[in-house]
Amino acid sequence: MKIDRRWIYLAIGIVVFIPMLVYLGFPIRVTKEVRSVYERIDSLPPGTVVMVPMEYDPATMAELQPLAYAVLRHCFSKDLKVITTSLQIEGVTIIKEDLEMIAAEYGKKYGIDYVFLGYKPYPGIVILNMGENFRKPFPRDYYGNELDSLPMMKGVYNYSSCALILNINATSGVDYWINYANGRYKAPLAIGVTGVMVSDYYTFLSSGQIFGLIGGLKGAAEYEKLINHVDLACRAMDVQSIAHSVIVLFIVIGNIAFFATKKRKKSI
Amino acid sequence: MESPDLGIVLWYTFAAFLTLSIFSFLYKDNPFYRLAEHIVVGISAGYWIAILYHTSLQDLWIEPLTKNVLVLFTPGGPFLLECSRVLINIIPGVMGLLMFSRFFPGISWLSRWPIAFYLAITAGVNLPLYLQSFTVRQMQATMIPLEGSTWKIFCDVTIIVGTICGLAYFYFSKKHKGVLGGMAKLGIWILMIGFGSTFGYTVMSRISLLIGRFRFLIDWFNLVVNYIKA
Repeated sequence: MKIDRRWIYLAIGIVVFIPMLVYLGFPIRVTKEVRSVYERIDSLPPGTVVMVPMEYDPATMAELQPLAYAVLRHCFSKDLKVITTSLQIEGVTIIKEDLEMIAAEYGKKYGIDYVFLGYKPYPGIVILNMGENFRKPFPRDYYGNELDSLPMMKGVYNYSSCALILNINATSGVDYWINYANGRYKAPLAIGVTGVMVSDYYTFLSSGQIFGLIGGLKGAAEYEKLINHVDLACRAMDVQSIAHSVIVLFIVIGNIAFFATKKRKKSI
Repeated sequence: MESPDLGIVLWYTFAAFLTLSIFSFLYKDNPFYRLAEHIVVGISAGYWIAILYHTSLQDLWIEPLTKNVLVLFTPGGPFLLECSRVLINIIPGVMGLLMFSRFFPGISWLSRWPIAFYLAITAGVNLPLYLQSFTVRQMQATMIPLEGSTWKIFCDVTIIVGTICGLAYFYFSKKHKGVLGGMAKLGIWILMIGFGSTFGYTVMSRISLLIGRFRFLIDWFNLVVNYIKA
């Protein structure tokens, strides 16, 4: 039995497209590793500085952008001060726009409530230098302002000035944050990564090097549920559930066909 | 309803055309797919250069160098101190320029200097930290006291047994027979469960990307309809 794989592409396309038109609201269970990030941020008093470095690009924004929105909404609703960097070159302008958009939703002002440091090459070296002083790798922010001219940055020098770091990352650059920001400077670190990367980073959760792990669109949906703001991720999880069911069905049919063909060949 | 700007509609339409061109590869290779692929590569290279110049070369090299050179030639300043500052700016610049020597076969060996410098620094910084973060801390995480609820003990035992058996599978100095063979067999089962979990997450990841593109196409369609209606 042979099926042209393009039929499978078409079937997946249809089962992804049609559920996007309606919101079904399938239940989403919040996991411990996502809740710990939410609770840690939620417990911070207003005015606390947190660092949310975001590293995703057009290829991975579908997965991590909803998470970035949810986390920024949580931080701004709690009146926390947010420092952001983007150490992945393709994502700099996307992240700038995302940050500006969510900040505008909460009426936050640049330089007072949030700062975008932008991009510098060689993430490892930049992360190491930020542990000494943000001004070393970033003498100016993304917009060309000197860091000392921004009210929010007064008295904010390095990771020790931040209550936590939540790195939203689609690259292996997350290793640098674990190795340098947590390993060398002992900064409390949580990570939000793409689905492909999640299983690699559970080991760092059990070793205590990160205090939370938010995985892919599912993690973003859990976070949206926690902040009570149904948006892109929660809606997308309906589609995921239906598409996954169809993929499981294909795997079962494929295996039945495989074993049936094998049996027939043997009998011949 | 406010009419969308024609410029935005055109850019969205171009982006939608590129998305559909990439999707067309699912049917078979074709000139539209290749066009989209080449545009991505070309634009990425140009974008990299522009961002690198504005956020790095200008900020971290040209501006400090210009400032320090100007101070150096201002009479009355501490000459030696200023000289050292200029040198600190010049040395990395020269090192960077040496990378371009690869284009000239006669002096291409010079490009090894900055590479050697970078490798030495990276190795020096990373060796102790990598060992600590990616080996020692991971080993520590498997040295856990077996206490607490039955479920917690079961999970901890799974981690310990899983780690030991997984390592046993990669032990090739002895034939996989007897106890070692059994451990290796269990190890491969544990590895397979791990791969299965990664594969499951990968499927979710890829479907997420498809959702993202479909969402963009729906937005584009709505934008065009609104523009036509307005």
